[in-house]
Amino acid sequence: MSKVLHIEDHHVASALAPQAAESETGARRMTVNMGPQHPSTHGVLRIVIDLEGETIVRAEPDIGYLHTGIEKECEVKTWQQVVTLTDRVDYLANVSNNLVYALAVEKLLQIEIPDRAQWLRVLMTEVSRLNSHLVWFGTHALDIGAMTVFFYCFREREEILKILEMFSGQRMMTSYIRIGGVALDAPRGFDKVCRKFIDGFPSKIDEYEGLLETNPIWLKRTKGVGFIPLETMLDWGITGPMIRAAGLSMDARKNAPYCSYEKFDFKVPTRTENDVYSRYRVRLDEMRESTKIIRQALDGMPSGRYTADAPKVVLPDREKMKTQMEALIYHFKIVTEGMRVPAGEVYQVIESPRGEIGYYIVSDGTAKPYKIHMRTPSFGNIQGLPKMIEGCLIADTIAALGSMDFVLGDTDR
Amino acid sequence: MLLENLNQYPAAAALASKMSGAITGGKFEFNELTISVESAQIVAVLTTLKTALGWNRLSGITCVDWHPKQAGRFEVVYHLQNTQTWERLRIKTAVPVVVAVPVPVVAGFSPQNEIATSSGLKPAITLTDELPELDSATGVWAGANWYEREIFDMYGVAFRNHPDLKRILMPVDWVGHPLRKDYPVHGFKYSYKSE
Repeated sequence: MSKVLHIEDHHVASALAPQAAESETGARRMTVNMGPQHPSTHGVLRIVIDLEGETIVRAEPDIGYLHTGIEKECEVKTWQQVVTLTDRVDYLANVSNNLVYALAVEKLLQIEIPDRAQWLRVLMTEVSRLNSHLVWFGTHALDIGAMTVFFYCFREREEILKILEMFSGQRMMTSYIRIGGVALDAPRGFDKVCRKFIDGFPSKIDEYEGLLETNPIWLKRTKGVGFIPLETMLDWGITGPMIRAAGLSMDARKNAPYCSYEKFDFKVPTRTENDVYSRYRVRLDEMRESTKIIRQALDGMPSGRYTADAPKVVLPDREKMKTQMEALIYHFKIVTEGMRVPAGEVYQVIESPRGEIGYYIVSDGTAKPYKIHMRTPSFGNIQGLPKMIEGCLIADTIAALGSMDFVLGDTDR
Repeated sequence: MLLENLNQYPAAAALASKMSGAITGGKFEFNELTISVESAQIVAVLTTLKTALGWNRLSGITCVDWHPKQAGRFEVVYHLQNTQTWERLRIKTAVPVVVAVPVPVVAGFSPQNEIATSSGLKPAITLTDELPELDSATGVWAGANWYEREIFDMYGVAFRNHPDLKRILMPVDWVGHPLRKDYPVHGFKYSYKSE
């Protein structure tokens, strides 16, 4: 009476799940929908799972529920307006998205960015990396059942959001990094606030470890779970902490340094176990390394301009606009027409908290981008999800999903 | 850039020594190397690059629509990486030209009908049902799967031998391919009068 639903049927008959049937082997096979409204998917991801008993025999992620057409919208905005759209792609690592977009356009424009802007960019990117990792860590532990960690993480995240607000006026959608520099100079007293935070933060990481390292449930549910071979990861385009937990030291900050990262001293944490536990360890170590980078950025913060000396790209100071005719004209031209970017194409890659984020930008020499393709880490990572969970128990799916740390806005764009 | 000039770049020279017939052009701009290849040989080129020349990682695939500037409007772009040297390479191929055929206005639902009947105006831009084809790279990298589905969904470029070619971001019953340049950014106006 019931039949095994094929994946095509699911698009139209999603409400019918679960469906059960006798498979050829005689085992009872059941197809269930996980999501799109499932608490552990942290967004709207749907996974169609075929089960035999509690074992997953087939999984297929279905994305697109958060598709907002950002890439299309970019084509009708001016170059500067696109910065605010990049924030909305990956809303937890928005500074990374601002940064990769700004770097790509600056490559096309071939303008020099002053040191202070670069240091401020590094500082903000690493602060937002901590933010992203804290949200991941809190919710990942919450999924597995360790609720306390969530409150601890969000306590520290609040401090980070205050720092972001202090710099940019916004807690989440900062749009702090602009083409040609940063939006505003560092606010008064930022050094003290940032130092107070990073002085305390390493001990907070130890505190999180203390909550989980001796927790037998956490260890049982994460160790040896969610294994996926390194070759499969490369084949399917998985990047970021996932691939570093498999032993490949792949980090664009080291391999292809951008934004002066080569002048900072930090390590790329790697592990070889390649399971949920090792991914958690890698991310914790990354938080420690980020703290070091933030400290170096504060120690070595250069003085000088925070925007490039490129009047056709960067808006002039308010003071100059009132006294200099040229500045007023440039301001008028940039605001009304938008700046023009020379024709060409670039592919800029940076390391976001989730992995490799690459923007492919084509310009036809006008005031609007001709094409922007966002190669987002979550898209590549979710694609490899079936390889990780097929053969696992359904309960382990939650742990495996959490270890991926995807953002659905980042996937669907 | 002329082909002789390409030979000064090791990656291009290595590919040329293996498959000189497939290369149609290339350039080196903004410190990034681009090689254009024949669309008929795209899978052979990617296989050679992966197995013999060390470009073992596919970062992503995307498409550029040059409508109405070029007759062969679609250009598919592959970004490769070598995980030994961490270098990057861009491979481009022009999707073969398909003669544009306007979608016939027939009874029942079609975007033209919808616009024509709801507003009494003819659409400024006509949708065409051209569906250009290219060979799928999923046999070389399994991860090409979703990128090709995305291109199919957004640009309407079909990939031969793709294991599961269907829409990925837009709903399955969507009409048109949103990232094409002749698809308006606000979409086709939808009429609710008949409901």
